[in-house]
Amino acid sequence: MNWLTQHVWLIPLLPLVAAGILAVTPRTQRRFASGLAISALASAALLSLVAFVATLAPGYTRTVVNTPWFTAGELTLHLGWILDPLSAAMLVMITFVGSLIFIFSTGYLAEDPNYARFFGFLSLFAAAMLGLVIANSLLVLFVCWELVGVASYLLIGFWFTKPSAAEAAKKAFLTTRIGDLGLFTALLWLNSETGTLLCYDHGRGCLETTALSGLVAQTTVLGLTMSAAISLLAFWGAAGKSGQLPLHVWLPDAMEGPTPVSALIHAATMVAAGVFLTARLYPLLSAAPGADGLAFSTATPALVTIAWVGAITAVLAALCALAQNDLKRILAYSTVSQLGLMFVGVATGGPAVGMLHLLTHAFFKALLFLGAGSVIHANHHEQDIRRLGGLRRFMPVTFATYAVGMMALSGIPIFFAGFWSKDAVLHGALEWPVSRGPFILCVIGAVLTAFYMTRQICFVFLGEPRAPHSGSHGHAEPHESPAVMTAPLVILAACTVLLSLVCTPFWPALEHYLSGPSEDGHEITAGLWALLALSTVASFIGVGLAAWAYQSVRTSNTSTDPWARRYPSVAAVLHQAFGVDALYAATVRRIGWGLAQAAAWLDRWLWVGLVDLVQTLGQVSGWLSRKVDEEALNGGFDAGCASTQATGNWLSRLQNGRAPRYLRFVAVGMMLLTLWLILGRNAG
Amino acid sequence: MLAWTLYLSFGAAVASFASARCCPAVARWIALLGSVGGLVLGIVGALTLPAGGGLNTLVQVPWIPWLHAEYHLAADGISVVLVWLTGLAATAGVLFSWNLKHRAGEFFGWYLVLVGAVYGVFLSWDLLLLFVFYEIAIVPKYFLIAIWGSTRREYGAMKLALYSFAGSAAVLVGLVAAYALGGATSFNLSTLAAQPVAESVQHGLFALVFVGFAVLAGLWPFHTWAPTGHVAAPTAASMMLAGVIMKLGAYGCLRVAMTLFPAGLAPWAGVFGALAGIGILWGAVVALRQTDFKFVIGYSSVSHMGFVLLGLASATTLGLTGAVLQMFSHGVIAGLLFAVVGRMVYDRCHTRNLDELSGFALARVLPWIAVTFVIAALASMGLPGFSGFVAELKVLTGAWNRFPGWVAVAGLGLIAGVAYTLRAIQRVFFSGEPETAGTAPGHALEPVSLPEKLGTVLLVAATLVVGLYPRLLLDWILPALQTPLFAELRRRAGG
Repeated sequence: MNWLTQHVWLIPLLPLVAAGILAVTPRTQRRFASGLAISALASAALLSLVAFVATLAPGYTRTVVNTPWFTAGELTLHLGWILDPLSAAMLVMITFVGSLIFIFSTGYLAEDPNYARFFGFLSLFAAAMLGLVIANSLLVLFVCWELVGVASYLLIGFWFTKPSAAEAAKKAFLTTRIGDLGLFTALLWLNSETGTLLCYDHGRGCLETTALSGLVAQTTVLGLTMSAAISLLAFWGAAGKSGQLPLHVWLPDAMEGPTPVSALIHAATMVAAGVFLTARLYPLLSAAPGADGLAFSTATPALVTIAWVGAITAVLAALCALAQNDLKRILAYSTVSQLGLMFVGVATGGPAVGMLHLLTHAFFKALLFLGAGSVIHANHHEQDIRRLGGLRRFMPVTFATYAVGMMALSGIPIFFAGFWSKDAVLHGALEWPVSRGPFILCVIGAVLTAFYMTRQICFVFLGEPRAPHSGSHGHAEPHESPAVMTAPLVILAACTVLLSLVCTPFWPALEHYLSGPSEDGHEITAGLWALLALSTVASFIGVGLAAWAYQSVRTSNTSTDPWARRYPSVAAVLHQAFGVDALYAATVRRIGWGLAQAAAWLDRWLWVGLVDLVQTLGQVSGWLSRKVDEEALNGGFDAGCASTQATGNWLSRLQNGRAPRYLRFVAVGMMLLTLWLILGRNAG
Repeated sequence: MLAWTLYLSFGAAVASFASARCCPAVARWIALLGSVGGLVLGIVGALTLPAGGGLNTLVQVPWIPWLHAEYHLAADGISVVLVWLTGLAATAGVLFSWNLKHRAGEFFGWYLVLVGAVYGVFLSWDLLLLFVFYEIAIVPKYFLIAIWGSTRREYGAMKLALYSFAGSAAVLVGLVAAYALGGATSFNLSTLAAQPVAESVQHGLFALVFVGFAVLAGLWPFHTWAPTGHVAAPTAASMMLAGVIMKLGAYGCLRVAMTLFPAGLAPWAGVFGALAGIGILWGAVVALRQTDFKFVIGYSSVSHMGFVLLGLASATTLGLTGAVLQMFSHGVIAGLLFAVVGRMVYDRCHTRNLDELSGFALARVLPWIAVTFVIAALASMGLPGFSGFVAELKVLTGAWNRFPGWVAVAGLGLIAGVAYTLRAIQRVFFSGEPETAGTAPGHALEPVSLPEKLGTVLLVAATLVVGLYPRLLLDWILPALQTPLFAELRRRAGG
């Protein structure tokens, strides 16, 4: 067990090897491909569990192993991995949820011709994601950060013959790469200031006191401390990966990928990497100048920014989700909104609070996406909620598990982990000394969340089948998915319920595990009870309002959205997500395109014009030098020059273009200079 | 043994020219033998060097006594890395020209002259000798493009020759002046570097020689020869052009301009850092709106070479190692990209227009090509695991302390790089309508041949190995930067 804490790199190695083998596996080996991928990840899950148990030992803080990768002059880059509660909890979550999603995929993609490739990509993703969470070197973290982006690109575009999928893949990669530039710059800067990219290195790491004291002592642009400036750049990267404003536009489009991909990458794990990063870098984000050089505070410029960006994103994305009609797009906006909530948690309540919500969200959002996948699979790839309906009768298991996920997300109290973790975030936001704003926004977000989830349930599972499965397609009735797909749903639903045991403020085992032993336990105060009551009321208001508003939907087969019909302009604005995409198309893309046009034009006319000018000059001087050559210097060459000229003559016989004229120009120039040099030296 | 890379290439060139009369079919075998031999000699020869990455003299005999010029070949770690690159690019170029039928004997003859001259530049320790090889390299380029090229080949060849000669002229003036004014008694690089000319003179000469060499490295705004030259060139020539010839320029900047005039760098570092940063962004942005597939790759070369120049301008050990690493990395990756565009796509589809190519549904018909290009594109975008990532990371880290602003501009260039690469991938490979794929002309396309596969594997392996284990090259580059040749540069950068 102790041995494993020193060798956690074995955990990502397993799926990496699987991905390598699958890269050269013929695509007919379908059973082998899925079997290998699942067994590799399941073994990684076992190892993760062992590592996790090791971290439960009393007094355990972290195990860090660093090893030099290469040295280049003044810089030695290290590889390093870390096993602390943060990474151990992520390891268990990723391998466990990942294994279930892998199993689900064997059913969901059973008929896809590129089944083997799919599992290869999934394994690559899993390896990179696991590497990301155990990275102690921020360089390794960045490498894995990029690799999960590549895997995401490949998987969003998995059905690349669909132009929308290829376009979405491109958009996702490009947008996250814009974020990555911020993170990359942050790392360069951090490295240049602290001389290391290792988080923890026995006192010399960049997240340890010595380095942080140096960073907070210096002031840079806009009066920010160095640590704040670097933190903000890093958060720009986190915002890109985790779909926060203004870089959220790629995530809803990413739903073009197969649904298990949406569940694993664009709900449970990769998109949470940004939140994980802020949790990992929390010492840096919260570092502030203090009485004795260094203090930690939740009111640093970085954390204030994160809290506000997260809270605003949470509300705006929830508003967008209200007016979406695509089953998966609703969940995508919901993910954006929940990620915002996690950022609020990290910024106001500390990393343990944000991570708590990240972990519970991973379970219930994966559950919801897989449930959506089950629905889509059973309904001939119909994703428009207005064309579904009444599925509770046809798909009872999917309905029951989906309802668990929906209640967890909506914050229905007591039995669902989502309620408690969201409550922890709200508690953190309420006690945040800087402002009440994020708290209020989060409460509004909670109401909206309950509302859009209820709307979705009304359309999809309640009422009667809506769009008649127009006989033209000859589609059969919807049917419950096979056991290989429903079993993961049931397990995830069970986890969503069971996790609530360790998330309550009465026994906050998970939060204490994440925050470490030093943190004081929450007192159960009257304020906490009031907060629990408030959040309960918020979710019931949301559910009740939606149930009332969509009464016609949940009792009949109507496919019109009564609210969208009553307020068409509002619905249109929300449906188009406040027109951010259009705004970007009109500004960023157009400006970029204009710049490209301008540069290309300059390249074509200005520089080429200069070239033509030089060409003319060259011809003139070529003519001049030939005159000089023939009339002034004729016969005055010595041995070295003569050989050069002979070469030139030989070449000019081979020529069929005009270049030799220039060759001769150079040859003559060379001779002139040599002569001048010889004469000059002789004279001197 | 390293010196034999040079003789083998020239010998093979003669054999290839000779075969043009009797049996042009064997020319490609001669070329393959010559280039693989060069690669093997380069590797074995380097491993048997007594001083490893330090300075090793290979041959030193008098050449032009009254000028004190010597036939002096020597190798340090930087030469070794670039010799390896030349061997790789030359071999891959032959493999990707395996289907060439038109005047094959002469084609491979010129090609091998080019390869030999490049080896000569990388191995010369005598400035005059270096310059002669540098000039020899220009001639075959002209013929390769003008005879075997495509789009506007005479214009492209002309422009390339013109730029090269203009650059050479500037270099020559600088070299002669350094020789005359420094009171040196030989053209030996080490001797010249040890007797620098007066600092005030260095300022001017440095700019002259640096720009003269950097023209060939695609320094903005002297870069416009590169895209047109690359596009006009036949596949093997564009692979050599982007892969190796552009490195000649960068090599000259580092080996000659920066060592002979170390004091000249300081006043110009900001300017060249700026030009490099602009070039990175400019090349990427212009690539974004090209409709010719090969122009996209051509401009990407301008962008990537900007990293080399940025690393050089920073003059830190980190930046310089990054620059040399990027020379190698870009050589391999650009070679691969041009192979896909020129050989794999153009030779089959006879168009390079992005929109027309989408009709061929290449990703379905010939997935090997699509996979190769995606891998090359990932490498080109600087994804970790490929050599470009380590190289650009080092360059940017090294340059950060000198010019953070231009590093940020380079960062924007990286994003534009992602944009144009993904745009090209999507247009060419992933936008074919599945309905039309059945009737697309793609069905008649020739399948991917074995030499193409071998060439692909060779180059992909090279970029991956270096990306995963950069010490393989760094252990050569670093000792070279510790030699006395760079002592003055090190002293000034360290201070």
